[in-house]
Amino acid sequence: MLDNRPLKMCRRRFLASVAALPALTGGAFAHTMPHSLPWSPFAGDPPKPINPLGWYFLTPSEVITVEAIVDRLIPADHLSPGGKDAGCAVFIDRQLAGSFGKSSHLYNKGPFLPGLPTQGYQGELTPSGRYRIGLKALEDHVRAANAGKSFAELTGEQQDAILSGLEEGKITLKLAPGFSTRQFFELLLQNTMEGFFADPLYGGNKDMASWKMIGFPGARYDYRDYVEKYNQPYPHGPVSIMSGAPGWNVKG
Amino acid sequence: MAKLMPRRDVVIVGFGWTGAILAQELTEAGLDVLAIERGPWRDTATDFNIGYMPDELRYAIRRELFLQPSQEAITMRNDLTQTALPMRDYGSFLPGAGVGGAGVHWNGFSWRYLASDFILKTHLTQKYGAKKFDGLTIQDWGVTWDEIEHCFDKFEYVAGVSGKAGVIKGVVQPGGNPFEGSRSREYPNPPLKMPYSSSLFTKAATEYGLHPFPSPSANISRPYVNSLGVAMGECTYCGYCERFGCANYSKAAPQTTILPVLMKKDNFELRTESEVLTVNLHPDGKTAKSVTYVDTSGNEYEQPADLVIMAGYGLMNVRMMLLSRIGKPYDPNTNEGVVGRNYCYQTGGGGASMIFDDKRFNPFMGAGALSSSAHDFNSDMDHSKLDFVGGCSIGSGESNGRPIQGRPTPPGTPRWGSKWKDATAKTYGHVMSIGGSGSSYAQRGNYLDLDPTYTDNFGRPLLRITFDFPDNDIRMQNWVGEQCVKIAKTLNPKILTSGKARKGWNSVPYQTTHNTGGAIMGADPKTSAVNRYLQNWDVSNVFVMGACAFPQNSAMNPTGTVAALAYWAAEAITTRYIKNPGPLVQA
Repeated sequence: MLDNRPLKMCRRRFLASVAALPALTGGAFAHTMPHSLPWSPFAGDPPKPINPLGWYFLTPSEVITVEAIVDRLIPADHLSPGGKDAGCAVFIDRQLAGSFGKSSHLYNKGPFLPGLPTQGYQGELTPSGRYRIGLKALEDHVRAANAGKSFAELTGEQQDAILSGLEEGKITLKLAPGFSTRQFFELLLQNTMEGFFADPLYGGNKDMASWKMIGFPGARYDYRDYVEKYNQPYPHGPVSIMSGAPGWNVKG
Repeated sequence: MAKLMPRRDVVIVGFGWTGAILAQELTEAGLDVLAIERGPWRDTATDFNIGYMPDELRYAIRRELFLQPSQEAITMRNDLTQTALPMRDYGSFLPGAGVGGAGVHWNGFSWRYLASDFILKTHLTQKYGAKKFDGLTIQDWGVTWDEIEHCFDKFEYVAGVSGKAGVIKGVVQPGGNPFEGSRSREYPNPPLKMPYSSSLFTKAATEYGLHPFPSPSANISRPYVNSLGVAMGECTYCGYCERFGCANYSKAAPQTTILPVLMKKDNFELRTESEVLTVNLHPDGKTAKSVTYVDTSGNEYEQPADLVIMAGYGLMNVRMMLLSRIGKPYDPNTNEGVVGRNYCYQTGGGGASMIFDDKRFNPFMGAGALSSSAHDFNSDMDHSKLDFVGGCSIGSGESNGRPIQGRPTPPGTPRWGSKWKDATAKTYGHVMSIGGSGSSYAQRGNYLDLDPTYTDNFGRPLLRITFDFPDNDIRMQNWVGEQCVKIAKTLNPKILTSGKARKGWNSVPYQTTHNTGGAIMGADPKTSAVNRYLQNWDVSNVFVMGACAFPQNSAMNPTGTVAALAYWAAEAITTRYIKNPGPLVQA
C-alpha cells in the first residue's frame, strides 16, 4: 500500500492542477445550461494533501504550546501515538491557515452582541484569532502561576490540571468579549479530535493511528458482503483517501 | 438597471427536489421552463467522486456541500421577549445549497405521513375533543390521503424507494407497517439488507408487542431503472450518506433520478450561481410579473414569467415571500396574518443507548436510511390515557461509523486523556441505540418573520426564527423515551442510558433539518398562506413548494411528503391551471 503512495499523490496533484483551469474562467458569471447534461472531463475537485513541512499560522512558541496540549489531550500509550506524533498540531496549524481559521464561510456581520447559550458563539474573533489570543493568555496564566515556566515546561500532571481547569471553568483566562475560557478549551478539544480522526491527508491521524485504534476501516466503500454477518468484527484494516484504491482491493 | 431577459412560461426559484420535480412535470406538459439556482452545478461523477467523497472532515464537519451562513444566515431566539441573534454557523439544522439542494445530502428516509396526519385537527377533535390539544394551533392540511396517495406512489417509483408495504388496497401485508395508509401497490424495490442492530431491535420490539418493519429507504437495495428510465446502482452500505453526495448512484437525488432526462429537454433551461432577490408583482398585487436575480459578479437581471414556482428550502421560501410582500405576514400578538405562521420543527426524544460487552456492531457499514422502525407510538396511537397528542416513530439501524462525530463512551468517561482513549477503543463497535423521530406541533409564538437588525450581503433582512418546543411535545418525547428504555432493557445491555427532552431549543448541536411551516397549506385563507394546491391565496401565479406547507410536523422525516405535495401541485398546474390561469380555489 505504502509503495503506491508517491505515484498516487503525483496523479492527484496533476488532477488538481487540471481542475484549477476551469475554476479560473468559471464562477464569475451565471452558468446557463440548456439542453444537455453538463460534463467536463477532469473537472473534479480532489483534496490537496497538506505539505508536511513548516508552519503556516502558528508561531514557533505557539507550536511548542500546541504540541504539548495535543499530547495531553491524546497521550501516547499502547493504543496509539500521542497527539503530537499523530500530527494534530500540524493539522491545527493548516486548518487555522485556511478557510476554517478565517471563518470565511460563517456569518461575520455585526452587531456582535452577547448571546444566550442557545444562540451559539457570538464573538467577533475568527478561530485563528481565538487561538492567537487564547494561547497567549494561557502562557501568561501559566508563567504567572509557575515561576515563569511555560506550559510545555510543566510536568504532564501539571499540564493535565491546567487543561481540566480550563475545561471545568476553574481557570479564567483574559480573553475577549464573547469568547470564554471554556469556549477556548472546546475549540482546542474539537480541533485536536478532528485532526486525530480525520483522513491523514489533512496532517493528523498519521498512519491512520486512530482508525486502527478503534477499528474504523476509513475510506472503504463496499460492505455488501459483510452487513449481514452479525456479531463479527470486520476483517480488514483501514484505508485512507491517499492510500486509496489499492487498499479497496485487499481480500482476506 | 437590471437587464430584462426574454419572458418564459415558468420560472422556478431553487433547484432541489421540488424544483426538479416541477420542472420535469411542467416541461412534460409542454411549458417552457427556466430554473434559477444560486449554488453551483453538481454531478455525481465529478462532485461526489468515490476517490475523495469518503472524507468526513471535508463534507460532514466543514460541510462543503451545504449552504454556508456567509451566503444566507438566519437569526434565532426562543421566545418573543428575547433578542434574536444570527446563527453565525449553522448547527441545529443544515440547509442545502447547489443543484439538487438537500436532496443531495439527505439520509434517504422516504416516508408517507399517516392518513390521519392530513386531517389532524378533525381527527383529534373527533377522537378526544378539541380540549385535548388546547394551546396548540393544529390544523388540517386541506388535502386528504386518498387524494394524494398516487403522488406518493409516483415519487417512490422515481426514487426507487426500497421497503416493504404494510397495507395494499386495504389489506395488511406481513412484514410491513400495519399503521400506514392504504397504498395502491408495493414499493418498487425490496428492503435493504438488515444490519445486526436492526435485527436485535426487530426481535425485541416484536416480543414487546410492537410491529417493526424495514424503514422505507431511498438508498436503494438493487440495481433499478426508474419510472423515467434513469438507471441507479445498488447501495454498498459505505456509511458516507447524510452530509455526502452518493458516489454510487444509489441514493435518490435529483441528479440520480430526474436530471439525466430533464437537462436534455429543449423546453428546459437551468441557470446556476444566480440568486433570486425578489419576486416582483404587478401593481394590483394579484399576480407576479418577474423575478430579479443577480449573478456572482453582481450583474442584475429581471426575468419575466407567467408562473413562478418557489422551490427553495422551506425557510427560504418563507423569507422570499416576506421580502416580496406575497401574503400577509403573521403577527403573533394578534394571531392574524399567514406568512410565518405555524413554524414547527421535529422532535427526537430521549431514546435509549446501549453498550454491550458481548455484541460487536459494525456501525461504519451503514446507509442513511438503513434501519428498522415501529410506528406503534406514532401520532395516531391511543392518547386517551396520555397527557399529550402526537408521537414518535422509533427504530434502530446503522447510518455511519464516522469517528469525528461518533465515538461513544460510557457515561462518566473523561473527554480526553488516557482514560478517554481506553474507553473509546473499547466502546466503538459495541453500541446500539433506539431512537425516535417525533411530531412537532404548532403553538402561538412559534413563528417566522424578517429580522429587524441583521441583513445579508445584498442588504436584505435575514429570516428570524422564534421557537421553543411546546410542553405537549416535551411530554410526548419523554413518554416515548420511557418506552424505548423498556424495550432496550429486554436486550440486557451492560450499560443503558437515556436522555430527557427539555425546553430551550438550542441552535448549536445538530438535531434535524426538518423545519416545517411558515407558508402552510389549508382551506381557509385566514389561517393558511397557500391553498390545497400550494397556490398562494393572494398572488395566484405563485406556487410555494416545500415543508413550509406543512401545518404541523408529523413523526417522520418529511422528504417523501414534500415530494408528494410537489407532484400534487404539478398535477393541478398541468391539468387545471394552464387551461384557466387564476385561483384554483376561491377564497
